[in-house]
Amino acid sequence: MFGFISLAWLQLTHEKTRLLTALAGVAFACILMFLQFGFQDALFDSATLVERKMNADLVLISKKSEAFFAMKSFARRSLYQTLQHKEVAQVMPMYVGLGPWKNPWNGRTRSLLVMGFNPEVSVLDLPGIAENLDFLKQSDTVLFDRNSRAEFGDVPAALGKGTAVSAEVNQRRVDVKGLFTLGASFAADGTIVTSDLNFLRIFKDHRQEAIHVGIIKLQPGTNPLVIKNLLQREMPEDVRVLTQAEFVQFEKEYWETGTAIGFIFSLGVAMGFVVGMVIAYQILHSDVANHLAEYATLKAMGYTDRFLIGVVAQESFLLSAIGYVPGILISWGLYELTKQATFLPMEITFGRAALVLFLTFGMCLASGVLAMRKLRQADPADIF
Amino acid sequence: MMNASVSIQNLDFAFGEGELQKQILFDVSLEIQAGEIVLLTGPSGSGKTTLLTLIGALRSAQSGSLSVLGHELAGATTEQLVAARRKIGYIFQAHNLLKFLTAQQNVEMSLELHPDLTKAERSRRAAEILDAVGLDDRKHYFPDSLSGGQKQRVAIARALAARPQLILADEPTAALDGKTGRTIVDMLKTLAKEQGCPILMVTHDNRVLDIADRIVHMEDGRLVRS
Repeated sequence: MFGFISLAWLQLTHEKTRLLTALAGVAFACILMFLQFGFQDALFDSATLVERKMNADLVLISKKSEAFFAMKSFARRSLYQTLQHKEVAQVMPMYVGLGPWKNPWNGRTRSLLVMGFNPEVSVLDLPGIAENLDFLKQSDTVLFDRNSRAEFGDVPAALGKGTAVSAEVNQRRVDVKGLFTLGASFAADGTIVTSDLNFLRIFKDHRQEAIHVGIIKLQPGTNPLVIKNLLQREMPEDVRVLTQAEFVQFEKEYWETGTAIGFIFSLGVAMGFVVGMVIAYQILHSDVANHLAEYATLKAMGYTDRFLIGVVAQESFLLSAIGYVPGILISWGLYELTKQATFLPMEITFGRAALVLFLTFGMCLASGVLAMRKLRQADPADIF
Repeated sequence: MMNASVSIQNLDFAFGEGELQKQILFDVSLEIQAGEIVLLTGPSGSGKTTLLTLIGALRSAQSGSLSVLGHELAGATTEQLVAARRKIGYIFQAHNLLKFLTAQQNVEMSLELHPDLTKAERSRRAAEILDAVGLDDRKHYFPDSLSGGQKQRVAIARALAARPQLILADEPTAALDGKTGRTIVDMLKTLAKEQGCPILMVTHDNRVLDIADRIVHMEDGRLVRS
């Protein structure tokens, strides 16, 4: 009539208030973990937006580079050298640097990210780039990220009113000819793009041969991994070949491990895990403690330790399974709320849902294992 | 000798090790035949409960011989102890019913250990035994809504449901008033006699001594025939 599961189930559900408290606790832990993962991924997503929107099959970077805002340069001829392979369709050098921008309205200086590339080809798949490329063919022209922080001046409003905007970047006067959409990230509060030649005009001391990113487009139908391995062998020591996905990973890794950001969010997840574990332990431990005499009686009847361990394990399994349901539903609501309030890309992916479910199981199982130690006291010989 | 349900010879038992060792039982020998009702009396701390837990395979004996229902329990492994427990019905001073199970479900818990019974058989047998202890209208009550005597009757039904070959009772009437205690003991006797099942009962309760076939007295860890 009832095996393991229903015994655990009947025990858990006998006291409704206590069950609700337990479920609220487990759900709370779920939500905490979901939110920490969500924020972390949203921030990583915004940090890697440029890499993800780059129109590249492979990229070359210097081995010494650590992150996109601080790229080290390498020789342009390494990039051109790849053209000898018939699979390589097109190569485009890119220059990246941080330069001081002087707010045209109040004269304050603040550093922003400058990207320079050949305006014949749209290497960035961001709204506003392709349609404004022609402006960049003139000298000393730039496009401005409309989501740059307000400290750079209200360029979008001025352009919207038809006012011409010029500003100083690295002490060189440039005209802002259009807007594109990227968004502030950890690395840069603002971004402008310009042509390769204009980049070299802004950064007068930078040599044209020293490029920061080499973008490679392959012939359609070519496997990037194969060409990557081929190219890597021919490249000089200081050049790395990455697929686009690896380039995204390269940037993400920097923020994850090279800064405190990854640590902070991991700590948040760990906090959720511990809070959930403590609550689940409270419930399971008091369940065992309150039933010591009954458990001892079951043992005197001939039930094995394994049976009782099984009951506690099932209880922890049930706790996590039913606590997870309100947990994921409320998290989904909070994700939607955050999305509307902050424009951060918050999505519950299958992978994350599975990860949190797994952590919830682990959390309840760990507290179950702790509670099982109490079972040893349920010795019929000692109790009666 | 052949028919003895319990056969104990020269059993010693001590708690603790070395310097701290405290001997509880000294040279105990006792036989209980099938169908016999034996009462075990004696002052507190004389070792009655310890003897009962040894016979009930709740702890393992260290020296001497202790044979229960054909299992030699002296030096037995945990698995052997568990196997012996399944043939024994144990009734404790407190009813120890699972609060979150109804009377019927509590009784079925002891039948769960017998995989040869089908679900329907288990449920039928639990109902029958609850009828026999006079709880036919309380089968689906939770322990919290039963009186003390009713709970102890469920505990007896639970101990008897699996048709044990030996019943051990540790002061089953201690928590009950005199009249209820009497009813419980009479019921236990009737059901045990029907099943031909021997009973060993530890009791302080002078009012129930008359149900015994034999009374064994224990003092300072030694059996004294009376």
